[in-house]
Amino acid sequence: MSVNLTLLTVMGALYACGIYLILERSLTRVLLGLMLLANATNLLILTTGGYAGLAPLFHKDTDPGQYNDPLPQALILTSIVISFAVTAFMLGIIYRTWVLARQDEIQDDAEDRRVAKTPSFDAEDDSVVPVETSEFPLTMIGTDGQSVSDVPAGAEATVTVADRTLDADAAASEEQPGSRNVTIPSKEGGGQ
Amino acid sequence: MNIASFAPLAVILPLLGAALTFLLIRNSRAQRTVSIVLLSLTLLLECLLLASVWEGGTAAVNIGGWLPPWGIVLVVDQFSSLMLVVSSSVSLAVLIYATGQGMADGDQDAPVSIFHPTYLILVAGVSNAFLSGDLFNLYVGFEILLTASYVLMTLGGTGPRIRAGVTYLVVSVVSSVLFLIAIAMIYGATGTINMADLAVKLADLDQGTQNLLHVMLLVAFGIKAAVFPLSFWLPDSYPTAPAPVTAVFAGLLTKVGVYAMVRTETLLFPGDTFNAPLMVAALLTMLVGILGALAQSDIKRLLSFTLVSHIGYMVFGLAMSSVAGLGAAVFYVAHHITIQTSLFLVTGLIERRGGSSSVDRVAGLAKLSPLLAVLFFVPAMNLAGIPPLSGFLGKVGLLQAGIQLGTPLAYALVIGGVLTSLLTLLAMARVWNRAFWRKPEDAEHPDPVLLAHPADSATGDRAGKTNVTLLPRTMVGSTLGLVIFGVGLTVFAGPLFKVADQAAVEMLDRTSYIHAVLGEGARVPAISEPEPGPDPARLPPASGQERK
Repeated sequence: MSVNLTLLTVMGALYACGIYLILERSLTRVLLGLMLLANATNLLILTTGGYAGLAPLFHKDTDPGQYNDPLPQALILTSIVISFAVTAFMLGIIYRTWVLARQDEIQDDAEDRRVAKTPSFDAEDDSVVPVETSEFPLTMIGTDGQSVSDVPAGAEATVTVADRTLDADAAASEEQPGSRNVTIPSKEGGGQ
Repeated sequence: MNIASFAPLAVILPLLGAALTFLLIRNSRAQRTVSIVLLSLTLLLECLLLASVWEGGTAAVNIGGWLPPWGIVLVVDQFSSLMLVVSSSVSLAVLIYATGQGMADGDQDAPVSIFHPTYLILVAGVSNAFLSGDLFNLYVGFEILLTASYVLMTLGGTGPRIRAGVTYLVVSVVSSVLFLIAIAMIYGATGTINMADLAVKLADLDQGTQNLLHVMLLVAFGIKAAVFPLSFWLPDSYPTAPAPVTAVFAGLLTKVGVYAMVRTETLLFPGDTFNAPLMVAALLTMLVGILGALAQSDIKRLLSFTLVSHIGYMVFGLAMSSVAGLGAAVFYVAHHITIQTSLFLVTGLIERRGGSSSVDRVAGLAKLSPLLAVLFFVPAMNLAGIPPLSGFLGKVGLLQAGIQLGTPLAYALVIGGVLTSLLTLLAMARVWNRAFWRKPEDAEHPDPVLLAHPADSATGDRAGKTNVTLLPRTMVGSTLGLVIFGVGLTVFAGPLFKVADQAAVEMLDRTSYIHAVLGEGARVPAISEPEPGPDPARLPPASGQERK
């Protein structure tokens, strides 16, 4: 099989330009690059069919050296149709990008950027759960409605606060804001 | 009359449906009926095809009466018909889900009416790729499904979808060009593009040419199958598409790439020339994919990364080129199509019910919708490989095959596989904890729909829109159907594994395929071994039989 050097050179040039163009950020150039790649491939298929210039006509008496292989030409037709459809669609996409973003460039993925900026520390997964360190834990109420603190029931647990002596239970509830046992501070900021 | 001679109908019926639904573009009810009926017929036909080759054997159909190796040939064997049945079941479920979504949202505008024809063309392309016994016809099948997928991915033409569509389009076109270049070079080297004929003729080429052609095909299919370094495009482009579209893409498109890789490795270039690089690629795909998934907060993106990661398992099974490994890979493909699609469908439901698909913004769904929680929990645990489910069985098959092979690389992959499985569980548990177990009040910027009083949330108003049903029965029903199908794969794992192993034996043997296409007298070249000597991993292993 003889090789057509012109076709090969053209094919190489088309591939080189096509690869250069699809690496651009501008969509129109990317489209041109894809078209060049598709056409370079069509030329490649054509060269597999034998020397260009012979007719792909077969007759029983034809010498194999006298006709061109018709199959690559059928393949090229199919691939031209496919690349035509893709080009048309890509033009539609480019127009749509222009309408939406007023620029002919590939946009960044916003979610990708966001994930990349997310710190590796995740408040929900990684933060240390605060351990109860209070010396006087609030009384816990069991399912039966009784207190389940380790102070035995009936023990007269009292706490001395300032000048008063209170029940431990009442003192615990007093520590919470909004408790009715707590005296609201006067406007001067003093206590009682 | 052999049932296999009706195989072309698996491509023609969806195409016919596409033409009809395009004519019925103004009548959405008729569109729905036509596409569901034709897809069901296709599924029925494919079940018959699978039944006809259930016991083994291969059938070939010559299109247009042209004899192979000149004409186009469609080949039905166990692997292709199994893939057809699983893919059509999944596409039918997604179609019903999508019509449910369209009806619920009451959208009557243009994008939804072109959904049906495009979707059916996609199904036709997938069927064509699975059935094709001819390299160029495989390329055409790929192009049919890709062109349909470009349209589906940019449905509606919103900003994010166009942006994602551009990435997807350019990457797909480049991979198709690579595939076409490979076809041209293969044709130049051998003078044929019939796959059975190539199996005979490629063996006569010298090793260097063979390796070049082999790598070209693997790279082209590797981009389509999203094998690591070539997987970058997938998590970028899939999540923005509408939920049913993402679901069907995740389930089918990458698996078509895996299918083509399996055919390349078993039929065209048998032997273990590229097994070591494939195994390294599989290991990196698994680990890099799952580590990417852990960083995501959007459930769709997270699932896209797990999709990439689990492609690694299939490549691992393929790269072992042993019956046990390939059989497990075939089973794993069938399992993964179903599970990944159901997870994406459930995510669509989560998005409707919770108002967002970000795990930071949804919470408390387990209490708000227990059914949704079950629908998510079962496939999520299946994906992670929790024991009774099919994900576990597939992974155990792969790990067994890896240990049988016994090379250091295979052990590395076994460890990597277990690690990936655990990390998948972690990723799924994070979604579960946040989206389902947290109190709704803990979510960041929750959607009003999430905090709405339970009494009016079942069919209540959605913020911004009026009278949108949150969880339409059709959508929940089709998701439930697919989840049950996934559980069915577990229940019938015995017979399925038997068929998968048989398919693997036949694919590695190649005699059945070549004889079915080229006639009984065709020569089947011996598989060239770089190091002569019996390879224990290549022989049918005992455990493959025990698993039945």
